[in-house]
Amino acid sequence: MSEIVFANPQDDEMVLNMGPHHPSTHGVLRFVIHTDGEVIRKAYPDVGYLHRSIEKIGERCTYPGYMPYTDRVDYLAAMFANEVWAAACEKLMDIGVPKRAQYLRVISCELNRIASHMISLGAMAMDVGAVTPFPYALREREFINDFIEELCGARLTYNYHRIGGVSFDMPAGWREKVLAWIDHFLPTMDEFDRLITNNEIYVRRLANVAVITAEEAVSHGLVGPNLRASGFDWDLRRDRAYSVYPELEFEVPLGRGARGTVGDCWDRFWVRVEECRQSAKLVRQALQKIDEHPEGDVQGELPRKMRPTGEAYVRIESARGDMGCYVVGDGKDECYRARFRTGSFNSLAVIEDKSEGLYIADLVAFIASLDIVAPEIDR
Amino acid sequence: MGQLFGHATQRMDRYGDDSGSIVQTRVTNVINQVLNWGRANSVWYLLFGLACCAIELMQTGGPRGDLERFGSAPRPSPRSSDLIIVAGTLTYKMALRVKRLYDQMSEPKYVISMGSCSNCGGLFQYAYSVCKGVDQIIPVDVYVPGCPPRPEALLEGLLKIQEQIKSERYLQERYGIA
Amino acid sequence: MKQQEIFERLHAKHGGAVTDFQAGAKDPWCKVDPARLVEVCRTLRDDPELDMKFLENLTGVDYPKTNEIAVVYHFTSYGKRHDFCMKAMLDREDPSVETLSGLWQCARYNERECYDLLGVIFEGHPDLRRVLLPDDWEGYPLRKDFTEKDDYHGIPTVRPNPIDLFAIKAKGKA
Repeated sequence: MSEIVFANPQDDEMVLNMGPHHPSTHGVLRFVIHTDGEVIRKAYPDVGYLHRSIEKIGERCTYPGYMPYTDRVDYLAAMFANEVWAAACEKLMDIGVPKRAQYLRVISCELNRIASHMISLGAMAMDVGAVTPFPYALREREFINDFIEELCGARLTYNYHRIGGVSFDMPAGWREKVLAWIDHFLPTMDEFDRLITNNEIYVRRLANVAVITAEEAVSHGLVGPNLRASGFDWDLRRDRAYSVYPELEFEVPLGRGARGTVGDCWDRFWVRVEECRQSAKLVRQALQKIDEHPEGDVQGELPRKMRPTGEAYVRIESARGDMGCYVVGDGKDECYRARFRTGSFNSLAVIEDKSEGLYIADLVAFIASLDIVAPEIDR
Repeated sequence: MGQLFGHATQRMDRYGDDSGSIVQTRVTNVINQVLNWGRANSVWYLLFGLACCAIELMQTGGPRGDLERFGSAPRPSPRSSDLIIVAGTLTYKMALRVKRLYDQMSEPKYVISMGSCSNCGGLFQYAYSVCKGVDQIIPVDVYVPGCPPRPEALLEGLLKIQEQIKSERYLQERYGIA
Repeated sequence: MKQQEIFERLHAKHGGAVTDFQAGAKDPWCKVDPARLVEVCRTLRDDPELDMKFLENLTGVDYPKTNEIAVVYHFTSYGKRHDFCMKAMLDREDPSVETLSGLWQCARYNERECYDLLGVIFEGHPDLRRVLLPDDWEGYPLRKDFTEKDDYHGIPTVRPNPIDLFAIKAKGKA
């Protein structure tokens, strides 16, 4: 926003600047807010403060060597970004993935989904003003970080999946630890519910705020929990199933407007809480089914040289929705174009359209409920 | 080139020169120690999380790492913080804002550069939009390596800042008392 | 519906606007005439058999060898569970195409990004500005012939070797 024009000097309109450094934990985003007192007239997002040119770097990396960069596309749900790049390269080069590796992918991705939702729920509560749920969420996330560190060596940017499989098999005793933790986690989610989800003040802050109908959500390109909270029943794991999800049973939570209207901020919060529970059940099932496949078989057959031609588009259900990867190859070692289509980028248009009439505090809750992370927007 | 990194060397000049009284009195020594003990155990940091390291910064402040037991409380505003932990990748678009935030902090102020991206650009060496290290913008006291650094590594960085504070001759620098 | 049937349906309605269907590719795609993009996309969205309510991906790819920039569109239908890919090939010297923001709201920011990184002008876009790069950035980085400048507002774009850096810092201190 390089110039500000006052159309009517007698007006009470203020132009406020929110960001790019502000205490909300969604990364570096900036909003230029035109307000009349506390009521917003228009909020313009200004992004790009974390544009790390990951897509351009893809044009000088080899296909397997690009995997660490995909972690940084969405650092809270790095396993999904790894998986989408691996799946895109596998589709492009016709590489098969062994079943055990697919189960390990599902287990690591679902654990990462829980971890990502923990940050999202805790940060949302903190933005609204409730500071206590955040350490509760971080405590659960620490356990998951420990498990994934035992599995692949890193706490945040995993680089775990490989083209054709995963890098390491489960260590001995890992499965029992994770199963024991799930037995601890499900009652903890009930405690979390009692703490914040049905808290009267919290419900009053979030119910009926920034309602997004299903048609608007589809037109704006919202995906994942945001879309499901508006009542639209779509989950890539069930409807366009990939990997081993057809063999696993789970439910898809939909926003019902239980405490307000369908598609308000509370629905988006509640959908994520329920998704955490479903993910825990998925991990339990996958850990029981993984033994049917031979141990150690975690990497598929790879070609000697990866020099594909053609292009492929693959989509998976990430923690923030439908993440797609479009990869173009032209017969060289490096890929010609790597593009990540992420769910947070389209949420900016929704904020611009829905911000009219909200209070500034509601805008903070709205941004938090859409679960926007800056690296997904800026890449 | 020297001018570009000149501000990085200002940090080394803050100990001043010893021309004047070499012998310090016991009283000023003890006062220095008491003041430094108080300052070192209440280093309030600015929440300046930019990217992935910000999540590890939050985990360090969380239940297990617990940065606050060292007296470090997170502050949202630069005016009320002593330490800025630059956690994450610095882009050119953000670099101008970092300088402004650093200037808004009041003396004495310290900088921890957390993670590879703010140390030197990290793995984004070939990126056109990434600033290769935050020390091109502001002077840095402690560099914490890692991608992202473990909470224990960041705590070690904070302890190094505390050591640095404890070794400062506060009265001499601030008030010119020998 | 299979991609072949979708292509034939579009071809039947719009004739030469959609051409060059690549049936053998991993994701079959076709080329679309940039001048008639909006009417083809309107059919894709509104036709009850096609029902592509979701514009999934809008991006650009630079092909300097054939002097073209391709704007790639991926559409998905939630109701019919199918998807389709189209490419609009634009002239590299002066790439411009009509905007789709009248049909899908999610096109607004994706087209801004395509303009920002590749320089494609989208006619009729309500707010075509740079979105990811600073407002005063020069050049379009995702083009293959983009070269980095030496500095941005005084900040150097290259970091010296760590060994040289010690020497520089020592010289600056002295």
